[in-house]
Amino acid sequence: MSNLNQLNSVLIKKTLKLDCGKEISNFPLAYETYGNLNENKDNAILIFHALTGDQYASGINPVTNKEGWWNYAVGPGKPFDTDKFFIICANVIGGCMGSYGPGSIDPLTNKPLGTNFPVITINDMVNAQYNLLDHFKIEKLFAVAGGSMGGMQVLQFVSNFPNKAKVALPIACTASHSAQNIAFNELGRQAIMSDSNWKEGLYNEKSINPDKGLAVARMAAHITYLSKQGLQEKFGRNLQERSDLKFGFDADFQIESYLRYQGSVFVDRFDANSYLYITRAMDYFDLTKQFGGNLSKAFKNTKTKFFIISFTSDWLYPTSENKDIVIALNAIGADVGFVEIKTDKGHDSFLLDVPDFLSTIKNYLNTTYSNINERRI
Amino acid sequence: MKEEFKVISKFIEEKSRVLDVGCGDGILMEFLSKNKVVDIRGLEISKEKVKKCLSKGLAVIEGDAENDLKQFPDLSFDYVILSQTLQAFMNPEKVIENLLRVGKKVIVTIPNFGHWKVRLDLLFKGEMPVTKNLPYQWYDTPNLHMCTILDFYNFCNNRGINIFKTISLNGQTISDIKRSNLKYKNLISELGIFLLEK
Repeated sequence: MSNLNQLNSVLIKKTLKLDCGKEISNFPLAYETYGNLNENKDNAILIFHALTGDQYASGINPVTNKEGWWNYAVGPGKPFDTDKFFIICANVIGGCMGSYGPGSIDPLTNKPLGTNFPVITINDMVNAQYNLLDHFKIEKLFAVAGGSMGGMQVLQFVSNFPNKAKVALPIACTASHSAQNIAFNELGRQAIMSDSNWKEGLYNEKSINPDKGLAVARMAAHITYLSKQGLQEKFGRNLQERSDLKFGFDADFQIESYLRYQGSVFVDRFDANSYLYITRAMDYFDLTKQFGGNLSKAFKNTKTKFFIISFTSDWLYPTSENKDIVIALNAIGADVGFVEIKTDKGHDSFLLDVPDFLSTIKNYLNTTYSNINERRI
Repeated sequence: MKEEFKVISKFIEEKSRVLDVGCGDGILMEFLSKNKVVDIRGLEISKEKVKKCLSKGLAVIEGDAENDLKQFPDLSFDYVILSQTLQAFMNPEKVIENLLRVGKKVIVTIPNFGHWKVRLDLLFKGEMPVTKNLPYQWYDTPNLHMCTILDFYNFCNNRGINIFKTISLNGQTISDIKRSNLKYKNLISELGIFLLEK
């Protein structure tokens, strides 16, 4: 995370009142764009990233030197076709890729804010990113889209700004974080906080970060992103570079080695405190409760066209929870499409090469974009 | 069948809200969108067909009419269409009940098991009929509850369901079915199209 200063970033001067009661202003929001905004400014799509994502949805992420997190979906000729659409993706507040977060320097102490950073919510994240419309002078987005926590932001965005997006694509998400979701997030947070290097969140030197705790958090979370069948087919009981069990606690099995690797590479690109703050924001997300127990009311005034997608093997944000959103929208006669894509890739499906998923989105966006333009809605 | 769509389209008034239950590939939805100003939604059980519909930008949700109609509020659509699907349900009676709850008017089309070719097949061959509209063998048919135009007419009458209009389709020929010609039309129609209200 050495070249954070070179990232595209906009300084949000407006005061943002957070759900926790605190106010923030003059804070940075790091973003990336792909494709070109057309003359009518009607081809912009705002993509929201998931828990450990960032603004680098496509191309090569300059920090990790790896492909962007939604490389299968965003790019020339891809579902979010950058030859056609102008894609904007910002790092959420609370994140660690240049937006205002616990790693930001506190001007009073000249040290990272750490746990002095305010607790933020999905609502706060969305309200912060709404400023990007002003920044790009976009009156109305063609679409908002995102999977997992990105999907939650889609729902919150349409609820907050019912006339600011023509199309909404919430993917593999929920309107209300379940007890199971909270439980897994708490497991991750406890792993971080019980690492002696965490120091109540006030660690600030590279060498003494709570890397072990963060790696364990990532390992646990990673399991929840995959399906049992997917894991079994990919790893089974295969052994890691050995012909027999070693009767020890080294990584005998490929799955162990795989998880350890996932944990170790994650700590190089992610901040432990950001992990705490963002998982907290997800846990606090309950759009149904925000509207007095009636999710339909969240979308009462919207003319946005919804397309909701779930995956058969996703047990973290299962089809039933995605369908609850469909049901709430149907109850108020909103324009909604829904399909459950068959795949054994689990919750991670939305990030992976799932041809059915990708081609359906591509066709949907292209057709809807031309339909809307023809009818001049 | 294009004629069926034309009849359905004629039933539907401009600027109405329409739900197509069992919308398949969305061909009827597209037909109606092109010919009328309507706000149209679809419900379809097959993932493949739902994907096709969504690829065309149609507002279709994956779901099963026997379980998923309940999410729609009472009278939330001006018209609910059920085109040649009634016979495939486990409990067609319940589905009709739900259609009449959700729609102010309901359009049901049924492949007519009373058509003379069907009757002759059974009479002379002694085999379950396989025709253009009913192309399945008895063992692989999705059609669990076949009925005739007369059966469905009686079904509605017995339940106090108002039949506004009934249309007979025989090849390209479109004609009205009335109480007076019911038995005859039941013999010569391949398809019956009913416009119903609770």
